[in-house]
Amino acid sequence: MTDTNRERRRTRETAFYLFTQQSLPACKPVLTPGWVITIFLCMGLIFIPVGLVTLRASHSVVEIVDRYDIECVPEPFRIDKISYIQDDSIPKNCSRFMKVHKYMKAPIYIYYQLDNYYQNHRRYVKSRSDKQLLHGRKYHDTSSCQPVELNDGQPIVPCGLIAWSLFNDSFTFIRERAELKVNRKNIAWKSDRDHKFGKSVRPFNFQNGTLIGGGKLNPKIPLSDQEDLIVWMRTSALPSFRKLYGRIEEDLDADDVIVVNLINNYNTYSFGGKKKLVLSTSNWLGGKNDFLGHACVVIGSSSLILAIVFTLLHLKYRRPYGDTSYLPWNRKSLSG
Amino acid sequence: MAAATSRRRKEKIRWSKLYSFASCFRPLTSEERLAGREVIGQPGFSRAVFCNEPHLHDRKPYKYPCNNISTTKYNVLSFLPRALFEQFRRVANFYFLLAAVFSLLSLAPFSRASLIAPLVFVVGISMLKEAVEDWHRFLQDLDVNNQTVKTRLSDGVFVDKSWKELRVGDVVKVYKDEYFPSDLLLLSSSYEDGVCYVETMNLDGETNLKIKRCLEVSLCLNEDAEFNKFEATVHCEDPNPNLYTFVGNLEFEKKSYPLSPSQLLLRDSKLRNTDYIYGVVIFSGHDTKAVRNSTRSPSKRSRIERKMDHIIYILFSMLVLLSLVSSIGSSQFLSHDMDDWWYLQLQDDDDFFDPSKPEKSAGLQFIRSLILYGYLIPISLYVSIEVVKVLQTMLINKDIELYDEATCKSVQARTSNLNEELGQVDMILSDKTGTLTCNQMEFRKCSIAGISYGGDITDVDLAASMRMNADFEPFEYSMDRTDRATQSFELFEFSVYGFSAQNGNARLSKTEEPVIKGFNFRDDRLMNKNWIHGTNLSDITMFFRVLALCHTGIPIEDDYHKTDKLSYEAESPEEVSFLIASQEFGFQFCRRTQSLMVLKEFDPSCMKEVEREYKLLNLLEFSSSRKRMSVIVSNEDGQILLLCKGADSIIFDRLSDNGRTYKQETALHLLSYAEDGLRTLAFAYREIEAAEYESWNTKFTQAKATIGPEREELLEQGSEMIENNLILLGVVAVEDKLQEGVPECIDKLAQAGLKIWLLTGDKRETAINIGFACSLLRPDMMQFHLSSSREAESNNEVKAMEEDILQQIQSSYKLLCEEGKEAQFGLVIDGKALEIALSGDVKDEFLQLAVNCASVICCRVSPKQKALITRLVKQYTGRTTLAIGDGANDVGMIQEADIGVGISGMEGMQAVMASDFSLPQFRFLEKLLVVHGHWCYQRISKMVLYFVYKNVAFGLTLFYYELYTSFSGEVLYDDWYMTMFNVILTSLPVIALGVLEQDVSSDICLQFPALYQQGPRNIHFSWSRIVGWMLNGVVTSLVIFLANIYILSPTAWQQNGFVADIGSLGTITYTCIIWTVNCQIALITSHFTWIQHLSIWGSILSWYIFLLVYGALPPNLSGNAFHVLIEVIGPAPLYWMITVLVVIVSLLPYFIHIVIQRSFYPMDDHIIQEMEKCFEKDDVRDDRMSFSQQMQQKKLSIYRSVTKPHK
Repeated sequence: MTDTNRERRRTRETAFYLFTQQSLPACKPVLTPGWVITIFLCMGLIFIPVGLVTLRASHSVVEIVDRYDIECVPEPFRIDKISYIQDDSIPKNCSRFMKVHKYMKAPIYIYYQLDNYYQNHRRYVKSRSDKQLLHGRKYHDTSSCQPVELNDGQPIVPCGLIAWSLFNDSFTFIRERAELKVNRKNIAWKSDRDHKFGKSVRPFNFQNGTLIGGGKLNPKIPLSDQEDLIVWMRTSALPSFRKLYGRIEEDLDADDVIVVNLINNYNTYSFGGKKKLVLSTSNWLGGKNDFLGHACVVIGSSSLILAIVFTLLHLKYRRPYGDTSYLPWNRKSLSG
Repeated sequence: MAAATSRRRKEKIRWSKLYSFASCFRPLTSEERLAGREVIGQPGFSRAVFCNEPHLHDRKPYKYPCNNISTTKYNVLSFLPRALFEQFRRVANFYFLLAAVFSLLSLAPFSRASLIAPLVFVVGISMLKEAVEDWHRFLQDLDVNNQTVKTRLSDGVFVDKSWKELRVGDVVKVYKDEYFPSDLLLLSSSYEDGVCYVETMNLDGETNLKIKRCLEVSLCLNEDAEFNKFEATVHCEDPNPNLYTFVGNLEFEKKSYPLSPSQLLLRDSKLRNTDYIYGVVIFSGHDTKAVRNSTRSPSKRSRIERKMDHIIYILFSMLVLLSLVSSIGSSQFLSHDMDDWWYLQLQDDDDFFDPSKPEKSAGLQFIRSLILYGYLIPISLYVSIEVVKVLQTMLINKDIELYDEATCKSVQARTSNLNEELGQVDMILSDKTGTLTCNQMEFRKCSIAGISYGGDITDVDLAASMRMNADFEPFEYSMDRTDRATQSFELFEFSVYGFSAQNGNARLSKTEEPVIKGFNFRDDRLMNKNWIHGTNLSDITMFFRVLALCHTGIPIEDDYHKTDKLSYEAESPEEVSFLIASQEFGFQFCRRTQSLMVLKEFDPSCMKEVEREYKLLNLLEFSSSRKRMSVIVSNEDGQILLLCKGADSIIFDRLSDNGRTYKQETALHLLSYAEDGLRTLAFAYREIEAAEYESWNTKFTQAKATIGPEREELLEQGSEMIENNLILLGVVAVEDKLQEGVPECIDKLAQAGLKIWLLTGDKRETAINIGFACSLLRPDMMQFHLSSSREAESNNEVKAMEEDILQQIQSSYKLLCEEGKEAQFGLVIDGKALEIALSGDVKDEFLQLAVNCASVICCRVSPKQKALITRLVKQYTGRTTLAIGDGANDVGMIQEADIGVGISGMEGMQAVMASDFSLPQFRFLEKLLVVHGHWCYQRISKMVLYFVYKNVAFGLTLFYYELYTSFSGEVLYDDWYMTMFNVILTSLPVIALGVLEQDVSSDICLQFPALYQQGPRNIHFSWSRIVGWMLNGVVTSLVIFLANIYILSPTAWQQNGFVADIGSLGTITYTCIIWTVNCQIALITSHFTWIQHLSIWGSILSWYIFLLVYGALPPNLSGNAFHVLIEVIGPAPLYWMITVLVVIVSLLPYFIHIVIQRSFYPMDDHIIQEMEKCFEKDDVRDDRMSFSQQMQQKKLSIYRSVTKPHK
């Protein structure tokens, strides 16, 4: 027992000694041409296949994009779209046709895409009250919700610019005269529904003020079930963004024509934003995005090229490994 | 008028601080003489002390500070404000303070806590360091203040009282080997004649004892009871830092007696060889000369640190520029587009986005951006560097190879500021005595009455001949050299006495150490009392008497009973060696009182030892201006003798006509001794008629009694009068031994490309010889000699000499240019020539020549000149200079140089106290510079560059994101992510890099000293590197940001069709940054121990752990990060793929760069690293490994003995 103790102390002492003498056992990798070529080759051999796989995955995703913000304004109003959208008396119905060019396997995700919409503006992002969303009227301090804070001296539930500007276009999809079922449940993160939006918080006085922004909410449904709002309130990072609207849980065949009946309520005309409707399938990589695949292929092939170039250079200007004659003070004596 | 005088006084104090240790007996400057004219009672000399009546000092105007001293920087109350002030004097810290203040005003883009927390952390660590240091100082003070001393109370008893309670006017009794608690006036001692011996090592670093003498009137006060009636008043100078002056008088029994420095016992000196003394407190506490004299050495900053400031300024300008862009961009958006963004409801309530006042909004946005892009400024850089340097210092101090077993001392890095500066030294200015040599004087040779004795080979010879690669044959070699110098004399004597055979044997057995320390003399003609057979017996006896009597030393009876031999203490090691030598020759100096010196002489007439008493009549002290000392003694027959020793030139000038009998021969011997690198002193004597002595003595006593500035002059004149008509006896030569390993070390340092200057007070011949011995000069070097022969009298002559020197310089420089780079050059210049060469016109030409020489030897230089040379060289070349010295005379040089190194050797602590590093041995300089300096330079430069990279890479992503948010000031990352960035997630690897990185191992560093040149040429911290790393940071940030937004937006990035929001995009981008910066440091590191691995990979892991913990907090705390890893980003394959891809792509540019550099434009360290790899393979093959293991084992055992001295 004491022996092992002493042994242990000895080793600890030795380790500490090695540390103070700066002679701890160390790995000292030296970059040799062999290593360099191997590393570049490996990178090439890994990235090209990975890139090809991701590209393939990306190509297998079918995506239909339809911009509807201009088309859905009737001809006579196109000169002054803003007054059209702001005039409540004009019906905003609109029909769009989307042709499926390739077989789409369910679930098909429905997104609306807004461009040039700065949901990441600081003033906008900050204008919300997470505590109120969770606790409702029990929570009184809604000062962070400026400028959409109070209505008749009472805090608006939910308060803040984000909620106030809720997106309110709505879509229905018809294929061969039968309405496609759109599942609008589970479009928000589960943790948001469970932990961030109150189950007993109801938007009783939402959009009652003088200035109506975007969509209204059913005051009878608690916030945790208002998934549109939850999705909307996850502010997007960039001024051009998609948000999930729902899912079509039926496969769509190629050459199917889908009629979209939409109500064009949301005002993007004031600031020149675009509105698009997107139908897209998804796979392990998510949506259709070739960037990653391209990047991998480019990196992989340039690594291969580098490996080849470096090998050639190395063969031509070979420098002996660890040759002291390359040291400057030796070089001098060689020349001198 | 008053202001002018006070300014002059301040100037005086400053000069005296620099050079107060220059020499114990330094000549007074004219300014001091001027100051000294003021008389007691005048301003500056108004202090009054009532002895034995301390209660009178309780009230003004005689209330003086108590004896409590405090060296702490802070006290409990002042710590916080002062330490904070010190911290926020740093630009970067001040900026972060402002940011924190703005965060309180809700101007900042981050939460308050996330701005304040890192600042508190960083400043807190720095302040903690300050506090710990100050606490140690406080404890030291406490120890000092609580020491006790016997103090007389009003009822007449002496009781122990702690130092801090001591008051001015108290009478104290100090016992043997105790320190004086304050500056005391010596009243009496245990000796009847009222002398006492003090050791002033703590003050001026001199180990020898000094004699202090009380006034005769106070002699009687040598018992406790005597003080009952004692009452006296002292009027003296005000507190000042001059250790060697004291002006005052003592009013005792209605008479006034003048006081001199020899009655003043200084605080911090120690009573030796005296049982007790009585003294009265004159200066207490902070008034004492020792405390007034202690200066903190000027704080020096390293070159890298100064350059670092410039980098910080560049980053600041980048910050301001980006903020301007943001603020202009924001106002553009605000005035053109933002009006239409109905979802923002722009009103007048938000100052930042107020369409009616775009200018104000732009201004506010500017401030917010300044804070937002603050991540460009590495907040933790300073604190990390501080931590790293402390650790580096610790490792340097712990290095077992720099531990001297003989003195049990190791290297001490006294400041941690200059570690990396050690790697950039271009020029070493070295003292000789005590630095290159041991300052252990050994009596080697002497020439008595024209005959030279002790023809041994010296160490210096040995080393010099080794250098010349001569086929070493000691006997013949020595014969050759002495032959040339002394011509036929030596040969003649050999043949007469037939000693050559024995001599030869003695020389061949040279390697054995001398049995007696300080005496390495072998010549049977003198040893074992053989001198009695010599001719000129009377001269030989007289010579030995001078040796035994003309000194200020005292005998110590340490082991007298065992060996019959005494050991001695004296003012200089030379005197000790003389005393030992005379003891060996049979003239043992055995007792000294105030007026009596007792010798045990061997009398050749009766062939036995007799004890003879010599009455000491006068002692004319040694001073560097006089260069001689004499004693006037009368022997038992009443014959009055003046015995004198001094520099040969001085003595030779004062010889009488009949005293020049041996002058010619002696001069030749002198020359040969000096060529052998020995120190020489000439001995002479004269007999004085009683009448002559009487008349002279009255004059001299008068001169001694005068007070005031003319006293020195009078004394000078007095001694001049009597030290005349001397009869030359001979010369002695003592050897200053070279320190161990000096030649090898200098050789290595020269290989490392360092220029070495030797600054010495010695003669030219000695200096050149030492130069050869320690391989400063080599035979293959071309030597230039600059010297001026005459002393300048008038202005015209000065001009002429200036021209002469200038001409010498120019011709030398021409030669240097012609020879080009093929040859190496050495320059030797003497003090007088140097004085001219350093004056105005010739200065630049001289320095141009000097810096082009590989080594320069300046001889006969004063301490002041040493400091001046250092300053001029530093200014002229702009390179890093290192000054190394051991004595008080090197303090100026050490403080002036970029790095001051003190040798903690024989001469005590003064140089060490002023230095930045202290070494027990000169040879350790090699490892300190070539290994530790090189490493630290590499480490710190890599570290700073990495910091720049890291913060640029991270800070810029914040800016890019602004471009996408219409410059509104929204931040991509969660506040706490960013707080973590500098404090936890990236701090440890860079500290590990700074402490443990090694480009090559220490053995290899020593094997290839030329690798050191990387430092002076500053290739690791050049502007191109700095800019390169900034660009690397820009590229990294671009890759990370663009890749993330293009891959993650706008399509879904998960199987479930969800899209990325700010929170997830930020977290993913941030992951990429953490990975990239940590992998980047792995690419920089070339030496991975488990610590590096742990810190790098641990940092990355800690990010995930942080995410998990932070995400598990309730959503009102974690916000967007709630469950982000486990629910949102973790399950997505794309997240992991992005991480891998982005890390590799953003490191690729740097990787390609190092690949190209290593393969086609390799640097020195690259090739040497490859060689090291090869060596390692070889080692495995043969059994060299086991040898190195054995070495390790040996060092380990030393290490154990060092760390556990008590077991």
